[in-house]
Amino acid sequence: WAAVGAMAAGPDHGSGPGDSPEGPEAEAPERRRKAHGMLKLYYGLSEGEAAGRPAGPDPLDPTDLNGAHFDPEVYLDKLRRECPLAQLMDSETDMVRQIRALDSDMQTLVYENYNKFISATDTIRKMKNDFRKMEDEMDRLATNMAVITDFSARISATLQDRHERITKLAGVHALLRKLQFLFELPSRLTKCVELGAYGQAVRYQGRAQAVLQQYQHLPSFRAIQDDCQVITARLVQQLRQRFREGGSGAPEQAECVELLLALGEPAEELCEEFLAHARGRLEEELRSLEAELGPSPPAPDVLEFTDHGGSGFVGGLCQVAAAYQELFAAQGPAGAEKLAAFARELGGRYFALVERRLAQEQGGGDNSLLVRALDRFHRRLRAPGALLAAAGLAEAATEIVERVARERLGHHLQGLRAAFLGCLTDVRQALAAPRLAGKEGPGLAELLANVASSILSHIKASLAAVHLFTAKEVSFSNKPYFRGEFCSQGVREGLIVGFIRSMCQTAQSFCDSPGEKGGATPPALLLLLSRLCLDYETATISYILTLTDEQFLVLDSSLTARPRPATSSPLPGLCPARETARRLLTHYVKVQGLVISQMLRKSVETRDWLSTLEPRNVRAVMKRVVEDTTAIDVQVGLLYEEGVRKAQSSDSSKRTFSVYSSSRQQGRYAPSYTPSAPMDTNLLSNIQKLFSERIDVFSPVEFNKVSVLTGIIKISLKTLLECVRLRTFGRFGLQQVQVDCHFLQLYLWRFVADEELVHLLLDEVVASAALRCPDPVPMEPSVVEVICERG
Amino acid sequence: LETDAQYFARALTPQTAETDAIRFLVGTQSLKYDNQIHIIDFDDENNIINKNVLLHQVGEIWHISTSPADKGVLATCYNRTSDSRVLTCAAVWRMPKELESGSHESPDDSSSTAQTLELLCHLDNTAHGNMACVVWEPMGDGKKVISLADNHILLWDLQESSSQAVLAGSASLEGKGQLRFTSGRWSPHHNCTQVATASDTTLRGWDTRSMSQVYCIENAHGQLVRDLDFNPNKQYYLASCGDDCKVKFWDTRNVTEPVKTLEEHSHWVWNVRYNHSHDQLVLTGSSDSRVILSNMVSISSEPFGHLVDDDDVSDQEDHQPEEKSKEPLQDNVIATYEEHEDSVYAVEWSSADPWLFASLSYDGRLVINRVPRALKYHILL
Repeated sequence: WAAVGAMAAGPDHGSGPGDSPEGPEAEAPERRRKAHGMLKLYYGLSEGEAAGRPAGPDPLDPTDLNGAHFDPEVYLDKLRRECPLAQLMDSETDMVRQIRALDSDMQTLVYENYNKFISATDTIRKMKNDFRKMEDEMDRLATNMAVITDFSARISATLQDRHERITKLAGVHALLRKLQFLFELPSRLTKCVELGAYGQAVRYQGRAQAVLQQYQHLPSFRAIQDDCQVITARLVQQLRQRFREGGSGAPEQAECVELLLALGEPAEELCEEFLAHARGRLEEELRSLEAELGPSPPAPDVLEFTDHGGSGFVGGLCQVAAAYQELFAAQGPAGAEKLAAFARELGGRYFALVERRLAQEQGGGDNSLLVRALDRFHRRLRAPGALLAAAGLAEAATEIVERVARERLGHHLQGLRAAFLGCLTDVRQALAAPRLAGKEGPGLAELLANVASSILSHIKASLAAVHLFTAKEVSFSNKPYFRGEFCSQGVREGLIVGFIRSMCQTAQSFCDSPGEKGGATPPALLLLLSRLCLDYETATISYILTLTDEQFLVLDSSLTARPRPATSSPLPGLCPARETARRLLTHYVKVQGLVISQMLRKSVETRDWLSTLEPRNVRAVMKRVVEDTTAIDVQVGLLYEEGVRKAQSSDSSKRTFSVYSSSRQQGRYAPSYTPSAPMDTNLLSNIQKLFSERIDVFSPVEFNKVSVLTGIIKISLKTLLECVRLRTFGRFGLQQVQVDCHFLQLYLWRFVADEELVHLLLDEVVASAALRCPDPVPMEPSVVEVICERG
Repeated sequence: LETDAQYFARALTPQTAETDAIRFLVGTQSLKYDNQIHIIDFDDENNIINKNVLLHQVGEIWHISTSPADKGVLATCYNRTSDSRVLTCAAVWRMPKELESGSHESPDDSSSTAQTLELLCHLDNTAHGNMACVVWEPMGDGKKVISLADNHILLWDLQESSSQAVLAGSASLEGKGQLRFTSGRWSPHHNCTQVATASDTTLRGWDTRSMSQVYCIENAHGQLVRDLDFNPNKQYYLASCGDDCKVKFWDTRNVTEPVKTLEEHSHWVWNVRYNHSHDQLVLTGSSDSRVILSNMVSISSEPFGHLVDDDDVSDQEDHQPEEKSKEPLQDNVIATYEEHEDSVYAVEWSSADPWLFASLSYDGRLVINRVPRALKYHILL
């Protein structure tokens, strides 16, 4: 219908010549839109559509053929006024053509919709019939309903009376039951109290309370109330009594408190009292713990102790806290604060006890027990910790565990130190023993291996013991302290590196007290320590550190990938070890050199060189020197490698000596006894010195045998030189020196790195002796050789 | 600056009474020739060394010292060899007048004009053994002398212009073994009543009035103590050196621990000397042929640089830059001198110029050095 209407309206407006100059059939979509627009216009939707056609002509324009306000008169007038004749004619024909087209369109539309009109008419006719039938049935229904209503009214009128009565009776009955309850209440209460069913009693009392309160003014009720109050007071008294006696354990007490609360006792006071009772009980626990702690050595071990503490005190505290929170939840933050303070105080005392017990444990060696005890302690405290976050119990417990762990570390460090010192004492004894027994003791190398392995095993044991602290199943092992600081700072830096440091220090202290305080440190010990330190520097330290890292830092790095500051570098431990080894070895050289040079010094100083006899053999002291040097060589050879010599033919002893004793020796001091100028001697020695390098007597040594021996021999020979220079020699004195030096030359060259050095020093000794001799007549080299070989 | 004595020599001393010219005396050691005393004059301005020779015919010289009062008087310890016995004696000598002041120019060959010493007196030691050294009372009028002979310490009074030596007191060291004094020094403090001696590893202090021991530092060094010296400005401080290559500084009120230990030398340290006016400068000579000059500021009398008292600031021309050097300075080695090729047995500061010192090695080489200029100004300013 609407579509038809629109179409029908179309011819009225038509399509103006300005609107569609190409003709109506040219722009189908345009037309449709226009048609829709008109429909909308027709149905009052012009506003939405107005925006959609911004370019359209003013809809109010009366000259618009398609506009709603089209005024033919105005339009015609306008046309007539504005257009020339030809255009008028055109528009007339155009108009006629359009009208015709519209007429034919309309006809088509009517034909097309004719069938629809017909069927619609049929349908309407059928509906008319049906409605008529329905109207009859509705009338009938109405009459039936009226009859039903009538009946119903009559029935309810009949029943009304009876119903009212029943209602009243029921009310009376209920009231009577209540009254009966009230009247029975005192006796019931009494019975309950007698039977001890306090809960029941309190429930009754609670139910009756309000009613009694309301009907207080009636004398009978009043009596009941009074009775009730008396009984309740008794009840309260009994409850309090029970509460105070406190023997029946926390849950029952909690029940008492609950009942008392229900009876309207003041909560404040109750919670004070409750806490006081709890305190009493917990204090008893603490006292029993303290008794276990006792002044005498504690009978139960620490694990048992913490178990007792855990089940007794901590369990009790948990119950108290749980009950309290349940009962006095209404108290709000003030109540919670009170509980927290309570827990903090008692917890503090408990911790003090535990710490005292743990302190007693510090001396002991069993770490696993301690760790298990700590674990249990810590685990136990997590429950109250969760319950009472404000009391900070869990934190305090963790702190205690951390402290204990730290102390343990210190203890282990101490233990390691003691072990090291013990090792040293053993070595001392082992070194001293063979001399007493006269038989061959264990070799130095063996001793070294023993010391090294025993220290290593000590370290490993300590590490294993400490490692228990970080075991997975221990409840506190995942605390950040045990993850991070304990591993890196505590174990690695504190324990291992600390031990290595202290070991080095101990070793160095042997160098620092030169025979004054430490007494005689056996030189072999110095040597052994030096080798030990060197071994540590080269291998053991890195091995231990790697071991530590594997055991401990793995945890750390798996948890957080943060950079570990400077811990992963093995450097800090290394430097002192090498330095210590060097110092010890240097000190060894000094000590041994001193022993030999003292011998030489005494031998030079105490002899009367002017009146000595012609030398027949080598002086015994020189033989001692060679013997001692050989002994030292053997000793050092046990622990240190050979080292590098200056390349020289190994059979040079003979040859060099012949050179030394003939040409060189002659050349060296021959002029000094020819009565030429004394300048020559100086000149010669100066020139010689120009070509020889300066000898650093006390120079640091390398880590090998040759270097050590070179150092010792240098020190000894330099001493000999200085002593010779302080004396005056007779002819035979000089010859004796000659013999001695040759002897030394024969035996000492093989120990040193550069035999030239021995030559040089011995040459200088002989030359100095010659200078210090008013009558220098040297012995024939061949005689010297004979004497030496004989000696 | 170097000069060769061309003889072996161990003995060196500054001419103590001389305060204008820089003059050192060197005694030679020769068993075969006449020994000499070389008087070395150093002309600071022209850098010229002038040498005069005195003959010392009685024997080789082991120790030499000069009177603090009389420029011409000196004492030597010398070896006298007589029929296969060596005895070290001591005597006081007077040098010829014209050599006293050093004004005497000797353009000729020194040996040709060699003059002899005039013997004043012997310090008779027949009863006491070998003389180790002779020390003059540092502040006195050159009348008192201490000599160390084996295990005796002898105090002599020189009378009648030093021509007669009277034994005024003695003390001796008793003990097992051969105790022998190696060195001794007279303390400039306490009105010159204290002497310190070294024997073996022990340092001892003596009161010259009672000739009794006042303190004793046992085991001052690990080995033999070679020399010692008193701090000229701090009365309880002394330095010692020895065969353990160490130089130790002591406060005599605490004999158990040294105040400070230096370990710079690589062989025996034979000599240690405080600078006379700036006691932070310490000179050591060693048989490793090195001379080391150390700056021991921390235990000197001027630990914060040159302290100026408030009341005499006005007459100090160098008080201006005082403020900036207040912080304590570090002890350090100032310089190591390696000119010597043989063991250095003696080092001495000049008595005239506090910035100048001489060192003598066994081969007779005398080296004169100055304190580095930068340090000198640092100390002065």
